[in-house]
Amino acid sequence: MPEISVTVNGEPHEEAVDDRLTLADFLRERLRLTGTHLGCEHGVCGACTVIVDGAAVRSCLMLAAQADGAEVETVESLADDHGLNPLQEAFKKHHALQCGFCTPGFLMSVTAALREEPIEDADQARDVLSGNICRCTGYRGLVQAVLDAGAAK
Amino acid sequence: MTMIGKSVDRREDDRLLTGKGRYLDDLELPGTLHAAFLRSPHAHARILAVDAAAARQAPGVVAVFSGADLPEIQKPLAPKVMHPKLKDFPRLPMPPEEVHYVGEPVAIVVAESRYLAEDALELIEVDYETLPAVASTAAALAENAPLAHSGADDNIAVTLVQRSGNTDEVLKSAPHTLSGEFFVMRGGGHSMEPRAVAARFEPATGQVTIWDTTQSPHYARQQLSVIYEMAEDDIRVIAPADVGGGFGPKAQFYGEEVVVPWVAIKLGRTVKWVEDRQENFVSTMMERSQTHRIEVGFDDDGHLLAVRDYIEHDQGAYCAGLQVPSITTSTVPGPYRIPNIHTELYACYTNMVPTSSVRGAGRPQAVFAMERMMDRVAEYLELDPAEVRRRNLIQADEFPYRVGIMFRDGSPLTYDSGNFPKLLEGTLERLGYEEARARQERARAEGRYVGIGIAVYVEGCGLGPYEGAKVRLTNQGKILVTLAAAGQGQGYETVYAQIAADALGLDMEHIEVATGDTSRIPFGQGTFASRITATAGPAVFDAALQMRERLVDTAAQLLGCDPAGLSFSGDRATLDGDPEKSMSLLDIARVANIGKHGITLPVGIKPGIETVSYFAPERAAYASGAHAAIVEVDPDTGAIDVQNYVIGHDCGNVINPRLVDGQVLGGFAHGIGNAMYEEPFYDAEGQPQAASYLDYSLVSATEVPPVELFHMHTPSPLNPLGVKGAGEGGTIPAPAAIANAVEDALRPLRARIDRAPVTPARISDAVYSAVKG
Ligand code: FES
Ligand code: FES
Repeated sequence: MPEISVTVNGEPHEEAVDDRLTLADFLRERLRLTGTHLGCEHGVCGACTVIVDGAAVRSCLMLAAQADGAEVETVESLADDHGLNPLQEAFKKHHALQCGFCTPGFLMSVTAALREEPIEDADQARDVLSGNICRCTGYRGLVQAVLDAGAAK
Repeated sequence: MTMIGKSVDRREDDRLLTGKGRYLDDLELPGTLHAAFLRSPHAHARILAVDAAAARQAPGVVAVFSGADLPEIQKPLAPKVMHPKLKDFPRLPMPPEEVHYVGEPVAIVVAESRYLAEDALELIEVDYETLPAVASTAAALAENAPLAHSGADDNIAVTLVQRSGNTDEVLKSAPHTLSGEFFVMRGGGHSMEPRAVAARFEPATGQVTIWDTTQSPHYARQQLSVIYEMAEDDIRVIAPADVGGGFGPKAQFYGEEVVVPWVAIKLGRTVKWVEDRQENFVSTMMERSQTHRIEVGFDDDGHLLAVRDYIEHDQGAYCAGLQVPSITTSTVPGPYRIPNIHTELYACYTNMVPTSSVRGAGRPQAVFAMERMMDRVAEYLELDPAEVRRRNLIQADEFPYRVGIMFRDGSPLTYDSGNFPKLLEGTLERLGYEEARARQERARAEGRYVGIGIAVYVEGCGLGPYEGAKVRLTNQGKILVTLAAAGQGQGYETVYAQIAADALGLDMEHIEVATGDTSRIPFGQGTFASRITATAGPAVFDAALQMRERLVDTAAQLLGCDPAGLSFSGDRATLDGDPEKSMSLLDIARVANIGKHGITLPVGIKPGIETVSYFAPERAAYASGAHAAIVEVDPDTGAIDVQNYVIGHDCGNVINPRLVDGQVLGGFAHGIGNAMYEEPFYDAEGQPQAASYLDYSLVSATEVPPVELFHMHTPSPLNPLGVKGAGEGGTIPAPAAIANAVEDALRPLRARIDRAPVTPARISDAVYSAVKG
């Protein structure tokens, strides 16, 4: 069993993991960070998206062993003691979530995208969102939330 | 009223946005074992032998059971909606002898982890004798068709006829008749969280606790108590506070829900099964697949005289209930005055995953057939499609309107209220209909294919039999509203607190809402068919009114004043706003609920402040809506560009407008999926060909066109809140609107769009056959 050392949400972890353990299962089952969700386990829905060394990654398609030495950020890192961050606030304000199952993945995808460049129009927002699937909201609130948060940047 | 009608923020959001949701797989259940199911690789086969010896020896495996190892639970899962003429084949939790669709559970492995359980699945040897399979209703009804169930006479589950007037005669004598054949493809619910069940047995009490991603915990408990032969009180079903979408399939009852808790009881260990997406594709119920052969008779002005519709419905491998096809037959007439109607339903068994309700539940198919015909009538008479609709719509002063046939709730189909003409006109106006027609003319002159599609519908919602609510003053001085209904993202914790706040005259912050736990409220039905606001809503309102009376009475006794003089300020009942003369909710609870052990209550105080109300609607309420779309089609590639889409929606009074918009827009995305993308192909042997999101396209943010949504509010007279259901209106007419728009775009070529989804390949085919003539 490979030993990995990985930093998750700023906290270092040393763990022995099975070769085939996915990063998603590692986060959910080993670290009990259950905010990262599994909707398809084949890389399409985006519910499992986390940020690994700055890039949005589908944690269902990555092995925990591959995260050795990496910095991982999950949805649990977004809010702080003062409350929700501006993107989370925008999601709430624009009703960008219903069942909330897809929400952590969307938040992480958009977080990574907004760090790269501002998002200024609806087409750009839809592009950024298109890597994740939401069955509940019909996306309008998501688009508005991204534009709102993009503008706030 | 201050809270009802307000777009209040959702209470659920903070936890969901921070990763603190409590979905089933997130729950902390110490010592849990993990289950995986072995599923049939064949659409139809006899199980000759199962050898699980190697699997039992595999690392981490605790137990393996095939269907034959659990004879005590091999009892049929009853269809939800029955009919005396239904030829029912028992749907067993895990059939020991014969399987009828790819994905049917055959054995369960319980192991220390899901990884190890899946490893062991591969070591189970099953000897199958494959049998001929049926993979469409056309194949099911063909002469000498193979039988989906060995030993059946044919593949028909039931034939049902609904009649009003004299359709045969009128069709013979009508000035004009037209007929068409339309097909709507299967599609799934695709909640982002798949199904899941976990169970824990308490040997000391003999009780089993089941966590289930169900929309209907009380229904699940009822089924389980029959199959396990256990008292309901010994079975607690909890739909977790957070369920990742339902959309119909999670309102059904499945074999896995029987097997997992039973195995937990047998092993005396906590067992959890979480469906993966691959399993969801092959084992979670779907819907939609229907063929309609519809004939309409009309006069020179386009007034409908008679409609006859022959409907083939794909029931799948078993009948989980006849709710969907019966809803279809009663949805055919829609918003139109049709003096003579005849529908004839052939529900067929096939060797595909069973079908039941998916958002829209039988309505999109009926609307597709009827609305396609409205366009054909217009084309035939060279009239404007909007005008033909106008001439046939039931008018605003005709409610309650008796359609002449029965609804699936058992009552005569009677529309309670609505204003269909205003809804249609509002939709057309926002679309800029006249201007769009002019633009279409100009586009056609340039050789471009622009089309306009309209679809109007009526949706029976708010179904009975009843739903209830319990309101209690807690010992912490809060008001707890408990519903049997389980939410899947609709925002129940917010909406029902809003309703209770108004009835109580208390701020929402003093009100808590609990849902979906059979141990907290004895009776309930569940969340399906857009029914909860119209059934649980009035129950909450009434129970909260009673609660207000109890609180005020008690406070008045204690303060020695007239209850009429009391009002709430914060969490205190006060007399004329005087803080000296006031009592907090906690004070009231201390006296009336907690009391002093062994000491007589103060005079006049009624003990135990809890109120209950169950609301049973007299019949279904009818929401309505109109959709209109402008599209441009590229006849060479078959690509559709949806340029403009307007939804007019009337679900009566609205509790929280923002959440209703969310419901409609979410439903619309699902409708666009059904209209243009979603297609779970099966080959002729019943093998699913689209079993991942690489082959089955769910719409993303780039596919859903921007849409304008407006509301009308025609209150329902059937419940004190005047509400109707909003969950499905966005979905129902979308395939019809898109197909109408595409055929309208291609009218110069006379290409026929008869099938949904309307995909580029279908459009190219239609154009090719039209041009070839
Ligand atoms: S679960 Fe990873 S992309 Fe769907
Ligand atoms: S909110 Fe339910 S899937 Fe997006």
